[in-house]
Amino acid sequence: MVGELGEFLRIVEISIGVSLAATAIAAAVSLPMGAALAIFPFRGRRLLVVLTNAFFGLPPVVVGLVLYLALSRSGPLGFLQLLYTPQAMVIAQAILAAPIMTALIHRASERAWARYGDELICDGASRLQAVPQILRIIRADLLTATLAGFGRTISEVGAVILVGGNIRGLTRTMTTAIALQTSQGELSLALALGAVLIGISISISATVFALAGSARTAGSDEA
Amino acid sequence: MIKLRLLLALTATVIAIHSAPAAAESIVLASTTSVEGSGLLARILPQFTAKTGITVNVVAQGTGKALDTARRGDADLLLVHDPEAEAQFMGEGHGIARRQIAWNDFVIVGPAADPAHVRGGHDSVAALKAIAAARATFVSRGDNSGTNAAELRLWKIAGLTPDMTKEKWYRDIGGGMGQALNAASAMDAYTLTDRGTWLSFDNKGSLVIAIEGDVRLINRYDVIELNPQKHAGAKLALAKVFANWLVSPEGQQAIGAYQVNGEKLFNPSADAPR
Repeated sequence: MVGELGEFLRIVEISIGVSLAATAIAAAVSLPMGAALAIFPFRGRRLLVVLTNAFFGLPPVVVGLVLYLALSRSGPLGFLQLLYTPQAMVIAQAILAAPIMTALIHRASERAWARYGDELICDGASRLQAVPQILRIIRADLLTATLAGFGRTISEVGAVILVGGNIRGLTRTMTTAIALQTSQGELSLALALGAVLIGISISISATVFALAGSARTAGSDEA
Repeated sequence: MIKLRLLLALTATVIAIHSAPAAAESIVLASTTSVEGSGLLARILPQFTAKTGITVNVVAQGTGKALDTARRGDADLLLVHDPEAEAQFMGEGHGIARRQIAWNDFVIVGPAADPAHVRGGHDSVAALKAIAAARATFVSRGDNSGTNAAELRLWKIAGLTPDMTKEKWYRDIGGGMGQALNAASAMDAYTLTDRGTWLSFDNKGSLVIAIEGDVRLINRYDVIELNPQKHAGAKLALAKVFANWLVSPEGQQAIGAYQVNGEKLFNPSADAPR
């Protein structure tokens, strides 16, 4: 069923598009959140950090199920009519990627804050103003965190098959297509798709690292 | 250079995904796995879409799950194959019209070595009795699908109710038809499958058809339109256009024309038996 090149490209396009969008949304939340967790002292911070780390292991199929029930037309968010759309997959993947990215950024921010925190405050920066400063210092770690988040999203199948429905040409991603090919006994085709998926993941990581090469050599020696 | 091109390609895909099919006219069809897994829908839908401009988004699930999806209001139309579960669905008032669109049959497949000595027979119930007596491995879908329901009915007629917690030879895999066939192929087990999925399945291994041609193995596919009083949010008018097309001469012709390796997978319901 992935016989045609056009259909294959559409699957790749959906996979990458959904994963990039999810990673971008997760980054928008995780970057400030990870840094803030290191910079602002508040009650319950420890608990929040522990929870964030625990959600590393958030089972995708559970996230998918909860989101499915929420987005169902008879669920609380049913009026949004998002079930079985790429947008629903983006939401699911962003939820899965955000804790990983937040935890990684928090860890790097904590080290940077311990080292430069007093300095930044002495320079007259408020804690809020310190957030972007810290993120700038740890920019190499931001890359690692973002790639980790992207890796989680592009390789995920349990959540996207539930909320996306594996609809041909609309919500069929590489992972759900592999599951489908396997269920049709097309094992060699499934394996070939798997190889392409791995290839794409590697090229994206390599590209991002190459593009950020200069930032990496110039940035955060303290990581 | 390559880097730049890759980056451009990535950017383009991100843009594409967000401008992707606005799909002004589309419906969600909750279907059994066999009509999707066999490739039937992939073959006939383009013809329908070209004619009407309506996109049919297929969510392939087992019949039990598909009916639940529709009950929850997440589908606009159903294509399923479990007469008893369908009757219950209609009885609950969720559906208004139920029409048969095609039929084929179930077959019992098993390892060529045939440890239960049932191969070549036409009596599915006697075969199940023999499989149980020989304690030959049998894979059950166990997923509340139409095929699973058909299997359980046959066991009931045979007067046997294998309990997988006690019977080691009865393997409840809780999966789709393809998964069950993959499992049966790997375990040299017997299983019940619809002929469409079987013919288009590509990992048969040593599996061959053991039993076929039993009238109890007839497999009917029905399209069910939903009740507007219970499912006001669904796109029922568009769904009706597709349902009508399926039973129209054109739709029936498209269903009957679908072949894999020269074999017809689904008989249009215009042909007997009904």
